[in-house]
Amino acid sequence: MTRTAFERQLLAVQEDMLVMAGMVETAIERGIEALKTRNVNLAHQIIEDDLKINRKRYETEDKCLELIATQQPLASDLRTIVSVLHITVDLERMGDHAEGIAKIALMLADEPPLKPYIDIPRMAQVASEMLMGSLEAFKDRDPARARAICDQDDEVDALYEQVYRELLTFMINDPRTIQRATYLIWTAHNLERIADRVTNICERVIYLVEGRIEELNVSKY
Amino acid sequence: MRETTTPEQASRKDGAQVSAVSLGGLPYRPAHAAETAPVVLRLDKVGVSYGDRPAVQDVTMDIYKNRITALIGPSGCGKSSILRCLNRMNDLIYSAKVTGSVYLDGVDINGDAVDPVQVRRHVGMVFQKPNPFPMSIKENVAFGPKRQGTSGRGRLKETVEKALRSAALWDEVADKMDQPGTALSGGQQQRLCIARVLAVRPEIILMDEPCSSLDPVATLKIEDLMRELARDYTIVIVTHNMQQAARVSDYTAFMLASEHGLNGRLIEYGATNEIFTNPRDKRTEDYITGRFG
Repeated sequence: MTRTAFERQLLAVQEDMLVMAGMVETAIERGIEALKTRNVNLAHQIIEDDLKINRKRYETEDKCLELIATQQPLASDLRTIVSVLHITVDLERMGDHAEGIAKIALMLADEPPLKPYIDIPRMAQVASEMLMGSLEAFKDRDPARARAICDQDDEVDALYEQVYRELLTFMINDPRTIQRATYLIWTAHNLERIADRVTNICERVIYLVEGRIEELNVSKY
Repeated sequence: MRETTTPEQASRKDGAQVSAVSLGGLPYRPAHAAETAPVVLRLDKVGVSYGDRPAVQDVTMDIYKNRITALIGPSGCGKSSILRCLNRMNDLIYSAKVTGSVYLDGVDINGDAVDPVQVRRHVGMVFQKPNPFPMSIKENVAFGPKRQGTSGRGRLKETVEKALRSAALWDEVADKMDQPGTALSGGQQQRLCIARVLAVRPEIILMDEPCSSLDPVATLKIEDLMRELARDYTIVIVTHNMQQAARVSDYTAFMLASEHGLNGRLIEYGATNEIFTNPRDKRTEDYITGRFG
């Protein structure tokens, strides 16, 4: 008894999820680029593309529901579909955070830059690496990798704290910077949330392989 | 059957593991750690061979009171053979030889002093195809109690009505009790057979593919009925329908033969929700996800 058609469909929803992750990674990268280069067009593009991410989520959800309704998946097949359903929700929210960064880029586009951006792009880079690593752990069914990726969240949290303190100093020294500094804190917060959602994906990888939920990371924020 | 203390009850009283000599000296191994129900049936290294062909061997498992236990596995894995061991139905098959022990409330039902008819009174059976006797609905249900010595029209009538109500059939047949049982629909006939089993007040009901000849609506009715019956009875069901096992049972045992009808083994036994979401054994995983079988 083989289930070729079912296996094809099951692979397809996982591929959809990976495509969606790629779209989110691009949105994060472009968000930071738009912020750094004050590129209004790019920021608008990110906001527009977020609709595509949202559509992809619902498309994947539909396919998962159809598989559950028509194929009665069990055991690891069922866990795969449940994991895809959860992960696509997290990815969609990450897309929203990237869109948030694009909106901040628009708000800051006409303002003089407060300082050269170093820690915020670093946060984005670590968060993106975590995201792609978590999806590789999913593809490879590798819970050890998933656990290791969660540890990187501490680096993102440390950077967030550093950015926060630095911007607070700016605001104390010169109240005219309050608005710009607040926007940048929001940006860092969006990145911190993205990294935090990656840990949810890692928890799903463990669930997928080991069949149990393990809370890997309780964020400070 | 003699009433004995199960290991579960004993260990709860004195907090110690019980050697349970009367239960074959097996260590107590719950299929699910959180289970608090007592063990009513204990299988210890049970095997069945037909002639010189070992159909199934070395099945060791506990069946818990008021729980529904499903036996699943591909055709020829020995699940029906094992089911038939639980009320000595294999005695009726000339070439069948049963090894190992089956303890019902602590008593080995294969013991020399044990009367198989008495065993079957405690452990009733419902078969794949509904098999009402060629007599009226009333007579079908009264058949067992009458043979047990229940007499008096009033008492018999009461017993019959109670059994039909428990089998969720009373409302459909109350006004046609004298009609032949064979005139009912397939689903009703199967519930009549269940009522016939209930009328002799067994402890355990064995069901061998009870829905395989029924349509989906009649099947769901029987499944609902099983959940109701589990309040008062212990049920062991053999089913080919994995979704049915997932829907109705509390525990699932997966069996597999090395080749069709040969050397069937118990591969995995556990709480149904665990077996169907996170089986421990790859062979169980492969079977329930349809990768082989």
